[in-house]
Amino acid sequence: MVTFRNLRALFRYRGLIQTLVVRDLKARYRGSVLGFFWSFFNPLLLLLIYSFVFTQVLVGAHDPDMEPYALFMFCGILPWTWFSSSVLESSNTLIAGGNLIKKVLFPAEVLPIVTVLANMVHFFLGLPVLVGFLIYYQRPVDPVELLWFPVIVLVQLIFTIGLALFLSALTVHFRDLKDLLGNVVQLWFFATPIIYPMHLAPPNMAWLLNLNPMTHIMRSYQQVLFFEGPLGHQKALVGVGVLSIGLFLAGYFVFDRLRDSFAEEV
Amino acid sequence: MTPAIDVLNVSKVYRRYARKRQFATLKSAILDGSLLGDLNPDETFQALKGVSFSVPKGCTYGVIGRNGSGKSTLLKCVAGITRPTQGEVKVDGRISALIELGAGFHPEISGRENIFINGIMLGLTKKEILRRFDEIVEFAEMRDFIDAPVKTYSSGMYMRLGFAVAVHVDPEVLLVDEVLAVGDQGFTHKCLDKFAEFRRRNKSILLVTHSLDLVEKFCDTAHWLDHGLTKGEGDPKRVVAAYVIDVEDTEENELAKAEAVRVAASAKEVSGAHDTALPSTPTETGEGPAAEEPQGPKDGFKADEGRWGTREVEITNVTIAGPGGEAGHVFQSGEAIQVRMDVTSKEKITDFVFGLGLFNADNVCVYGTNTNLEEFQPTEIDGAGVVTFSIDKLDLVEGTYRLDLAAHKADGYPYDYHRLLYTFRVKSRIRDVGIYRPDHRWTFGGGIKFQRS
Repeated sequence: MVTFRNLRALFRYRGLIQTLVVRDLKARYRGSVLGFFWSFFNPLLLLLIYSFVFTQVLVGAHDPDMEPYALFMFCGILPWTWFSSSVLESSNTLIAGGNLIKKVLFPAEVLPIVTVLANMVHFFLGLPVLVGFLIYYQRPVDPVELLWFPVIVLVQLIFTIGLALFLSALTVHFRDLKDLLGNVVQLWFFATPIIYPMHLAPPNMAWLLNLNPMTHIMRSYQQVLFFEGPLGHQKALVGVGVLSIGLFLAGYFVFDRLRDSFAEEV
Repeated sequence: MTPAIDVLNVSKVYRRYARKRQFATLKSAILDGSLLGDLNPDETFQALKGVSFSVPKGCTYGVIGRNGSGKSTLLKCVAGITRPTQGEVKVDGRISALIELGAGFHPEISGRENIFINGIMLGLTKKEILRRFDEIVEFAEMRDFIDAPVKTYSSGMYMRLGFAVAVHVDPEVLLVDEVLAVGDQGFTHKCLDKFAEFRRRNKSILLVTHSLDLVEKFCDTAHWLDHGLTKGEGDPKRVVAAYVIDVEDTEENELAKAEAVRVAASAKEVSGAHDTALPSTPTETGEGPAAEEPQGPKDGFKADEGRWGTREVEITNVTIAGPGGEAGHVFQSGEAIQVRMDVTSKEKITDFVFGLGLFNADNVCVYGTNTNLEEFQPTEIDGAGVVTFSIDKLDLVEGTYRLDLAAHKADGYPYDYHRLLYTFRVKSRIRDVGIYRPDHRWTFGGGIKFQRS
């Protein structure tokens, strides 16, 4: 129950979290000429690369019904980038913030949460690029479906924070998680229907893909933003949402149990 | 009234992992199935062993002790950064810990933004910081640089800004870990004034420091930690005095040990030299100790320690004794000391001189003399004897000094030359400088007035 008392305290730190997210964003582009514009340019360049590859190089490599293919992929890659950078960065965040944990009375769980939120802001900054291309390719988006968009973001946020808490706490004790994670995330990327649509996945692998929570989050994005027709994925999304809350609580519990060791192990 | 800080029987055990375990990885943990077993310590280090004290409100409490005595661990326990393994810490009111100044500063962003971030980390709200902002900048003497990124600051500026933010958090309890060396004299005074203001406003300060002067002048109570145990608590003057004596004892032991090693090593050197030098007396290489022997004393100002000579007259034992007559290695400036040499000769010898040279840590000869210079005519030495060199008042400034002692012929031919083998340390409450302290006093006339502190 101590865990839940600490969890309530987390709410009190919202001012601190907000300040640190702003600090992270400010510090990231300090010294670069284009500054915040990189948050637009990076996804834009990424989209252009994929467009080039799939319209010029690998012309026949995808379902002809799915044009423009680059846009389809972009609907998944943009939120995936948020997820993967959050997971990779959060594993290192306690060690990088060691000075704070050791020298200042500081609620350590703020650090992984700040990492996830800062990456979420980058995701938001990339959304105008996506919107621009939706308009350019004249893909109508059903306004009712669009109401689901914030729900998907919320589910992904809770899922990612839960995972980040878990990983950041464990990495303090097992530094090799950092190296391992790079590969796991890479594998996870290909085990999620992002660069291929779900209906092209081999049928005998479909059950495996369906066990992956990110599959349902990504498919929800794709259905809202890319595919026409009714959404049809609400149930799975709500399921993942419940799972995410469970993961968040479990992650927080593990984090809280290991909290006392951070100041000594970092 | 509840005390500001209440520390009850606090122990802290740090886990120390043996080398093999330190590199244990997730892979090995999984393979061995010892994911939890790995978190068990192989060895533990107890930094605090049942320390108890309480600090009443408005009290300044100083913690002293040698490096590794557990001072900083204690402070971290009080600050809540680490949890004690046993015991309990109760703190009444908001804490601000000056453990590392500017710990949360981000190098890439400006001092102004860092003040806000640091303030929020220390528990202030944005509004509170805004209200104190000018005061903080003024205190840190940073008006001109506040909008520059923190990475461009000098270390002094960095620390000053960190200090300014931390003291303006307006805590009920301020924890200070050896951070007063952050600026020039002026800034140090400002910090001390700030502490005095805290006291007036009935706030409490827990101070961990090596500066004994500060504890004596500033603290209401002093606490001496030694290897995690309380060794003394109470009136600062008394506790500090006890601590100083203990430190001197330790230094004494260390010097004695080092000296024993040095003397033993040089004795071995000489006996080895004899074995090789005697059979091959005309050394052609000119490298042997035999060839060096005559020039040893002449070159005596060379910085090498060692021992040489024929041992026809041998210095068998040397002691340096303080005013009480007991041998020692640490003396107060102004005390009487005696250097005593036990000497033996194998046969009757009529040409001999005893000499002494005193060098400071820079190898500057502070003083040198011998019996020949002071016109003692040697008659004879046969068998055992004792030579005592007495200084009634050791007028030296604080520092470490080394001694040359020698028995040789009037022409310099060495019987037994001990080069820089003996070390002693002079302590002084006055921080004067130089190599010699002439007996002196100050007098003032006319309108000049001083107050003795």
